[in-house]
Amino acid sequence: MTKIWSIPGGVHPEENKSQSLQLPLGEISLAEELVYPLNQHIGAPATAIVEVGEQVLAGQKIAEAKGMISASIHASTSGTITAIEDRTLPHPSGMSGECIVLTPDGKDSFAKFETCENYLALDHDQLVAKIREAGITGMGGAGFPTAVKLSPRANNPIDTLIINGTECEPYITADDTLMQTQADDIIKGTQLLAHMLGNPQRVVIGIEDNKPDAIKAVTAAAAGTAIEVVSFPTKYPSGGEKQLIQILTGKEVPSGQLPASIGIVLQNVGTTVAAYEAVRFGKPLIERITTVVGEALQTQRNIKVRLGTPINHVLAEHGFLPKNASRLIMGGPMMGFALENENVPVVKATNCILAPGKKEMAPPAPAQACIRCGMCAEACPASLLPQQMYWYAQAEDYEKLEAHNIKDCIECGACSFVCPSNIPLVQHYRAAKGTMRQQAIEKEKSDRSRLRFEFRQERIAKAEAEKEAKRVTRKKAAEAAKKKIEAQKASGETPAAGNDLVANAIASAKQTQASPEEQQAKLERAVSGAEGRIEKLQQRLSETEADDQKAKLTAQIKQAEVKLQDAKTKLANFSPTANDSNATATNSNTDANDPVAAAIARAQAKMTMAPDEKLRSNLESLNKRLQKAQDKLAAAKADNADTVDALQSGVDKLKEKIATTEKELAQLPTPVAEPPAPETTDAATAAIERAKAKAAAQASMSPEDKLRNQLTAMSTRIEKAQSKLVSAKADNADTVDALQMGLDKMFAKQQTLRDELRQLNPNAPELNDANVKAESDNNSAKNEQESSETPAPVKEPDAATAAIEKAKAKAAAQASMSPEEKLRDQVASLEKRLEKAQQRLSKAEAEDDENIDAFRAGVEKTRSKLEQTRAQLEES
Amino acid sequence: MAFMKISSPHATRSGNTGDVMKQVILACLPGLLALSYFFGPGSLMNVMLASATAVACEAAILKLRNRPIGFYLQDYSAVVTGVLLGLALPPYCPWWVVVVGTASAIILAKHLYGGMGYNPFNPAMVGYVILLISFPVEMTQWAAPLPALEEGQSLMSFSGALQQIWLGIPIDGYTGATPLDLFKQNDTLLVNDFYQAESLFATGHFAGAGWEWVNIGFLLGGLYLLWRNIFTWHAPISMLATMFVLSALFYDGGSSNSAGSPLLHLFSGATMLGAFFIATDPVSSAVSTKGRLIYGAGIGALVFLIRAWGNYPDAIAFAVLLMNFAAPFIDYYTLPRTYGHSNSRRATEKSE
Repeated sequence: MTKIWSIPGGVHPEENKSQSLQLPLGEISLAEELVYPLNQHIGAPATAIVEVGEQVLAGQKIAEAKGMISASIHASTSGTITAIEDRTLPHPSGMSGECIVLTPDGKDSFAKFETCENYLALDHDQLVAKIREAGITGMGGAGFPTAVKLSPRANNPIDTLIINGTECEPYITADDTLMQTQADDIIKGTQLLAHMLGNPQRVVIGIEDNKPDAIKAVTAAAAGTAIEVVSFPTKYPSGGEKQLIQILTGKEVPSGQLPASIGIVLQNVGTTVAAYEAVRFGKPLIERITTVVGEALQTQRNIKVRLGTPINHVLAEHGFLPKNASRLIMGGPMMGFALENENVPVVKATNCILAPGKKEMAPPAPAQACIRCGMCAEACPASLLPQQMYWYAQAEDYEKLEAHNIKDCIECGACSFVCPSNIPLVQHYRAAKGTMRQQAIEKEKSDRSRLRFEFRQERIAKAEAEKEAKRVTRKKAAEAAKKKIEAQKASGETPAAGNDLVANAIASAKQTQASPEEQQAKLERAVSGAEGRIEKLQQRLSETEADDQKAKLTAQIKQAEVKLQDAKTKLANFSPTANDSNATATNSNTDANDPVAAAIARAQAKMTMAPDEKLRSNLESLNKRLQKAQDKLAAAKADNADTVDALQSGVDKLKEKIATTEKELAQLPTPVAEPPAPETTDAATAAIERAKAKAAAQASMSPEDKLRNQLTAMSTRIEKAQSKLVSAKADNADTVDALQMGLDKMFAKQQTLRDELRQLNPNAPELNDANVKAESDNNSAKNEQESSETPAPVKEPDAATAAIEKAKAKAAAQASMSPEEKLRDQVASLEKRLEKAQQRLSKAEAEDDENIDAFRAGVEKTRSKLEQTRAQLEES
Repeated sequence: MAFMKISSPHATRSGNTGDVMKQVILACLPGLLALSYFFGPGSLMNVMLASATAVACEAAILKLRNRPIGFYLQDYSAVVTGVLLGLALPPYCPWWVVVVGTASAIILAKHLYGGMGYNPFNPAMVGYVILLISFPVEMTQWAAPLPALEEGQSLMSFSGALQQIWLGIPIDGYTGATPLDLFKQNDTLLVNDFYQAESLFATGHFAGAGWEWVNIGFLLGGLYLLWRNIFTWHAPISMLATMFVLSALFYDGGSSNSAGSPLLHLFSGATMLGAFFIATDPVSSAVSTKGRLIYGAGIGALVFLIRAWGNYPDAIAFAVLLMNFAAPFIDYYTLPRTYGHSNSRRATEKSE
C-alpha cells in the first residue's frame, strides 16, 4: 500500500459529480463558426500563419507557436478562414484578443497525420518536437505548454512522474470520463512521458477516491506495468499541483520554484492522452472532453467538443434556459471564472461549462465584518493566515502581505468557501497581488534609473579627478620648464646665433618631434581614448530607448571603431619603427632615439649621391612601397574591409610617382640643379635638405633676391599644401587639422615675406597676388569649421617643415635687422602666436575638445618663449 | 445575454456569522441552567436585561453611524456580548449596574473602535472591569448557593429578585462571598481544615458548592462548541493547562499559605466561562494556532498570578484584557509555516 500524506486545510464542498455522469460521453453538431484565440495558453500568443479566405483542413496548423513558452493552434474542422480579428476571450477579465475565425465547409476533411508506430525509439528532442508541433498544453485548467514541462533543466533530474487524475473541483467529471473510456491510452501516454523524462523511479497516477469506476479502469489498464495507481481521500483542493505532490510524496515544492526543482513532473490525465495521440498518431490538439453541467441545462453530460466551438452553441445543444441561470461559469465552481457573455469559444483548457440554476448557486450574500474566526486559516491548504491577509489587503499594507506570504496563495478559494461573513477573500488577494506585481515592475524600473544615475555621477566624478590630476602634472611640468629656463638664463647661455640656421631649424624640428616613447605613449593614449569612447557610446546605446538616438549612437560607435582601428594600426606600425631606429641608434653615435637624426643621416647620404643614383634609389624604394601597398590592397579586398578605397588611391598615387621618377631618370642628362623634391622620401628629410640648400644659396644672394626667392617658394608650397589639404579632407583623414595649421602658418609667413619685400622694393611683382590669400583664407575658415571635430595628432614631418621654414624666414629677416629689432620682431610674432593659441584653447575649452591638453601645453610654451625673448630684449 | 460577473469561488458553505453567534448563545445554556439552579433567577434576569440593553445600544449606535441596523443586528454579536456579561455579573445586582456595564461594553469597547470585528478588547470583559472598578461593593456581593443556605432559607423568589434588582430592597442572608473570596481571606487554617470550617466548601465537593457545577456547565457548553468547530481547542486548553500546572506547583500540600488546589482553580470562579467563552473570542485574540496557544497560556498564567498574589479574588477579566493588549504582538511572531517555506516568517519582516 502506497503511503498517503495529508495536506493541511482543505474543504469538502458538495461534489455534484453525479449529474454529468448519468449520460455517456456525447458529441455535438458542428457549429456555424469556430473561433480560435491566439492566446489560449500560458506564455506568448501564437502567430497566425493563415490568411483570410484561405481553405484549411481539420488538423492543419493555423497559428505557430512564438517563442519557447507558447503553443501552436490547429483547425478543428475543414473550412475557410473568414476573419482574423479581435473577439471576446474566455478570460476572467472579459477582454478581447486576436482570434482566427473559421467557417466550416461541413466536409470535416482531415489533413494527413504522420503516425509513428515505434515512438519509443525516438529520442527526447524528437518527441518534444512532436508534442510541441501538436500544440499541446496542460488540460487541467492552467494551460501551460506541455513541451516545456517535458524539457526540465539538465540539473533537475526527474525521479517522480505524477499523472493527475484527481479532479477535485466539484461538478467536473471530464477527467473521470476520460479515465473510464481511455484508460489504455492514459497508461500508454504515461509510459511515453516517463520515457521522455528518462524513466523516473516512481511513476504514479493519483485519483481521488470519489471516482471508483475510473480507479478500477486505470488500475486494470496499469496491471503488469510499473505504474502505481493511488487513490486517496476526497478533499478540495487535492488536485492542485502542489497539493497532489504533497499527498503523494510528502514533499513540498519550494516557494517560487517549479516541481522539477525537487525532481517531480506532474501532468494531467487529459494532457497525457493528448501527448500520446500526438506522438503515436500525429494528431494535434483539436478536441477535448468537457463537462457541460448545471441546473439551467436540460441535458447534463460530458461531451467531446471541437476546440473553437462557441459556448452558446454548446449550451444550445444542451437545452440551456438563460432565465434559470444564476451565472455562467467556465471551469469549476471553486476556481472557474464567470463569463459575462456566452459568445466565447471552448479552448484547450476548458474542462467544464457550468450553468448553475438560481437556487443552485444563489447570488453571493453581502459581506459581513470579519470576526477573525480563523475558519479560513483552518481551510487554507497553504497554511496562510487569510484573515490577516484580508486585513492587510484592505489596509493596502503590501509589506505585511509580502511577509504573510501572499505570493504562495494558490487562489483555491477554500477560505472564501468557509468564510461565515461571506467575504470574497480570494478577490481581495488577487487585487492585492496585481497591485504588488505592478509595484514590483515600477520598483525595478526606478531602481534601474537610480543605478544609471549613480553610475553617471561616478563617471563624471572620475573624469573630473582625472582632469584634475592632469592639470596638476601639467602645472608641475610648466614650473619645471620655467626653472630650467631661468637656470639657463642664469648660466648665461644664449640661443644659437643666426648663422647656424640649419642647426636652429633642426633643433626646433627636434623640439616638435617628440621622442619615440612619447609618440608611442601618445598613440597608446589615442587607442585607449578611442576604446573608452566606444565603451561610453555602447553604454549610452544600451541605456537609450529611442530608436533614432540608437541609430545615431550606433553610427558614432562605428566611427569610433574605425578611429580605434586606425590608432591601433598606427601604434602597431610605430612600434617596429621605433625598434628599428633604436637598433640603428645603437650603432651610430647620433642621438639614440631621434628619428630626425636618422632622417638627416639619410638625407645627407642622399646629398652625397649622384642625381641619377638618387633617382634610382628613389625608384627602388617606390617600387618596394608599391609592392607593399598592393599586397595590402589585396588583403583588404579579401577581407572586404572599408579601407579598400583609400588603399586603392594610395596605390594609384604611388604608380603615378613611379612614372614621374622614371621620367626624371630618363631626363637626367640635362643638369638639374635640384631635383624636384620627391615627396616619396621622408618629408622632413626633404625639407631639411631643401633648407640646407637654400641656406647655402642665400648666403650669396641679395636680400631682395632672397626674399623674392623665398616668396616664390612659399607660394608653391602654399599651393601644394592646399591641394594636400583638399585631398586630406576628401579622404576625411585625421591630418586635416595639422595641414590646416601648417597652411595658416605658411600664409602668415608669406605675408611677412611680402611685407619685408615691400620694404625693400615696393614695386615687386610678387606683391600682386595678394588676392590669392584672401581666397584661401576663406577656404581655411571653412575648413576649420569642418575639421574642428577631428582630433589632430600632429603630423611630425609637416610640423618640422613648418618650423624649418619659419626659421628660414626669420633668418632672412634677421639678416637685415639689428639684434634689437630682431628681438622685437620675435616678441611681436610670439605675442601674435600666443593670442592665436589662446583663442584656439578657449575654443577647445568651449567645445570640450579632446585636444585641450595639447593646446594648453602650446600656450604655455609660447608664453614662456615670449617671456624669454622679452627678457633678452631688455638685456640688450 | 449578459450574465452576472462574480469572482470565484462560486460555491460557498452555508452558514454565516449569525449562526456562529447563535451556537455560542446555545452553548451558554448549561452554565446558565446551573447558575439558575444554584443561585436562583438572578443570572437569568441579568442575561435578559444585558441582552436587551446590548441590542438597544447596538441599534442606537448603528443608527448614529448610518449603518443598516437590521443587517448588523442579524450577526447576534451584541446579544452574545450581553449574554456573556450577564452571566459574569453577580445575580441580583442592581439593574443600573447591568445597564452601565452593557452600555460600556457595546458603546465604548465595540463601536468606538469601529464596531464588529475591529474591537481590540473583549467588550464583555471591558464592561465587567469598568463595573468592578467603579462599583466594587455591588460587584462583590454574590448570592449564597442552594446547598449552603441556612435552615429555613430558600432560593430567592422571582418577585423578590425583581424587587432587589429594580428597587434595591436588600434581603438579608442571601448574599455571601464566592469560594475564591473566602479562600483568599484564609491565612491561618490548613486547606483541609478550612474546607471543613466553611459551609460553602463543606457542602460542595471540590471547588465550592454550586460553583463547581456552574463551571461544569460552561465546560459542557465549551465542548459542544469545540465539537461544532466554532473555535479551536488551542486557547482554552492552553489556558486551563497553564492554570493546572501553576496551581499544582504552588499548592504546597494544602498548607495555610497554599495558593489553592488545581481543582479549586479550574472549577471555581469564572474559569470555564473565561476559558471557553471569553478567551476564544476570535476578534480580540491571537489568530494563528501557535499564537492562540501562547495567548491562552498567558491568560492562564495571569489569572493564577492575580488570584494567588493579587488584590482580586478572580482575575479572568483582567487577564483577558492584558492578553488582548498582547495579541497583535503575538500575531507578529507566530505566523504559521507556509507551504513551500522551510521556516515560518515574521510579520515584521521587510522585503528586500
